Amino acid sequence: MNSFLASVARNRGILPALVVIGFAIAVLSRYQPIFSGYTQIILITIGINIILCVSLNLVNGYMGEFSVGHAGFMSLGAYTSAVFTTKWLPDIPMLFPVAVIFGGVLAAIIGFLLALLSFKTRGDYLAIITLAFLMIVKSAWENIPYVGGPAGLLGVDKYTTLPWTFFWVVVTMLVIRNLVYSKFGRAILAIREDEIAANAMGVRIREAKILAFVVSSFFGGVAGALYAHLNFINPKYFDIVKSTEILVMVYLGGISSLGGSILGAVVFTVLFYQLESLGLGYWRMVILSSLLILLMLFRPRGIMGMKELPWFLPRRELDKRRQP
Amino acid sequence: MLDDVLYLAQQTINALQQGSIYALIALGYTMVYGVLTMINFAHGDLFMLGAFACMLLAGLLMPIMASFPPILIFIVILLLVMLIIGVLGASIERVAYRPLRNAPRVSAIITALGCGLLIESLTLVIFPYSKSMPSLFTNTTFELFKMPHPDAAGASVTLTITALQIIIICVSLTLMVALDFLIRKTRYGMAMRAISFDSRTVPLMGIPVDRIISMTFLIGAGLGGAAGMLYGLAYPVIAPSMGILVGWKAFIAAVVGGIGSIRGAVLGGFILGAVEVIAVVAFDSSYRDLISYSLLLVILIFKPYGLLGQPPNQKV
Repeated sequence: MNSFLASVARNRGILPALVVIGFAIAVLSRYQPIFSGYTQIILITIGINIILCVSLNLVNGYMGEFSVGHAGFMSLGAYTSAVFTTKWLPDIPMLFPVAVIFGGVLAAIIGFLLALLSFKTRGDYLAIITLAFLMIVKSAWENIPYVGGPAGLLGVDKYTTLPWTFFWVVVTMLVIRNLVYSKFGRAILAIREDEIAANAMGVRIREAKILAFVVSSFFGGVAGALYAHLNFINPKYFDIVKSTEILVMVYLGGISSLGGSILGAVVFTVLFYQLESLGLGYWRMVILSSLLILLMLFRPRGIMGMKELPWFLPRRELDKRRQP
Repeated sequence: MLDDVLYLAQQTINALQQGSIYALIALGYTMVYGVLTMINFAHGDLFMLGAFACMLLAGLLMPIMASFPPILIFIVILLLVMLIIGVLGASIERVAYRPLRNAPRVSAIITALGCGLLIESLTLVIFPYSKSMPSLFTNTTFELFKMPHPDAAGASVTLTITALQIIIICVSLTLMVALDFLIRKTRYGMAMRAISFDSRTVPLMGIPVDRIISMTFLIGAGLGGAAGMLYGLAYPVIAPSMGILVGWKAFIAAVVGGIGSIRGAVLGGFILGAVEVIAVVAFDSSYRDLISYSLLLVILIFKPYGLLGQPPNQKV
């Protein structure tokens, strides 16, 4: 049984098959009542959380920086895409993907500016800059009457469906997986291990950092856009608690691991909804934060920290590992 | 003309009150950063617990000590709050931060974030709704200056200070002076400065590093607790979320002043207090956060290590 599982885990054909089957089920669920409404919401939330978690893992895990501003990128994507679909070109469901990309691009532009700013300082100061960014963005939404001010933007169409979420999860995984195992990915890893040594070896630190930041914030924005077309948006939602939730997912699943990020997002989301339905809503954050502390004390790299599911590894890495 | 001056003076008093509370909290952030080079994200929540501890202690002690003068009750509660929150801060260090001292720095920061979240959510479980703080003494308003209003007949322009404002400013300044004395003149303070200067060599000189770090957390958290109590008295509706709202802003104050620098934290606290009062007077209270956090970014661009901070010496 174990060897069967091991051979499944190593078989590289499984992943594309899973993607096709998953997408087929997602599309089918639009026409057949496969999942209840509640299950669908949970599945979509898992998808959004996977996108958030994988994209934050790029900066916090692979690059080893500490950004707490992911909820800010999420809110940028959410607000821009929602303004796009409700105010600029309303009632055209065909344009939903354009709105999502638009939201992602705006988040990426701001992410680029933030990356430039972060070069002025180093170390823990990135946490400070991203924290300030988060607070400024949230405060800005609250003060712009055009997007509803403190009450939030109402009347956003519910365009986010299971197939769309699944599609964006696959795109995110594909882009970040290919980025991580590319030349830039190695530069990003080198920055985590030793920035000064990497610089001395000719790694273009600025470029690698900017790229990681831009990609990470783009997908943060995409996740926000998906969220915006599922729930109503309120500026208070995108605060430091939301950022912390994403951080919990990343460090729970494991840093520098795509498989870990999926695991973290699934475990977190299921736990989140289960505790709510058990009537433990208030205890939810108590349990999750204790989990985070215990994890850091006893397994600081998370459940799958630095380990990757063989499906996501490129062939050359797999071959390297097989040889003793 | 004179009424403008009075208005300015009135706002200065408000800024001093706000600034001294920020400065007290910022001291805790900066002390911990000084000895451990770690951002103690749980500090804001210790500040929040200070307010709640004061509320509970007031309910407990006010009936017992009813015959004593109010100022004595105030001092007893202040000392107890500082002790309780200080011990709590030191225990958090012992349980959650010390095992991670040699781990990657990010782990310690995440743990701190987790501790802060745990304190806040636990408080939220116990007190789901915001509470009102009992007043420990009658808050007399003193009229410092009075003149007839230049435009409206019969009305008058006054410059006032409340007993609470006097107490907040005096208590904060006393604590800051005491801390400055402790750090500059005592053996403990010398050890603390030595650790922040070079934490690897210091244990070789026979200095008990663990004890000094525990003491630092005790004092820093105690100051944060005192700030929480003063803040709760000034704005008597207290809620678990104020740890994030106020605490993190005080963190900005510490960064603006130069994190790791004691005098920088005090300076940053008063600057932030002034900026907030100006923002509210000149724009609108909803722009307060926007302006104070933007100020942080601007200062970090031009002075990456804060106003009084020094860049760390980077060893390769």
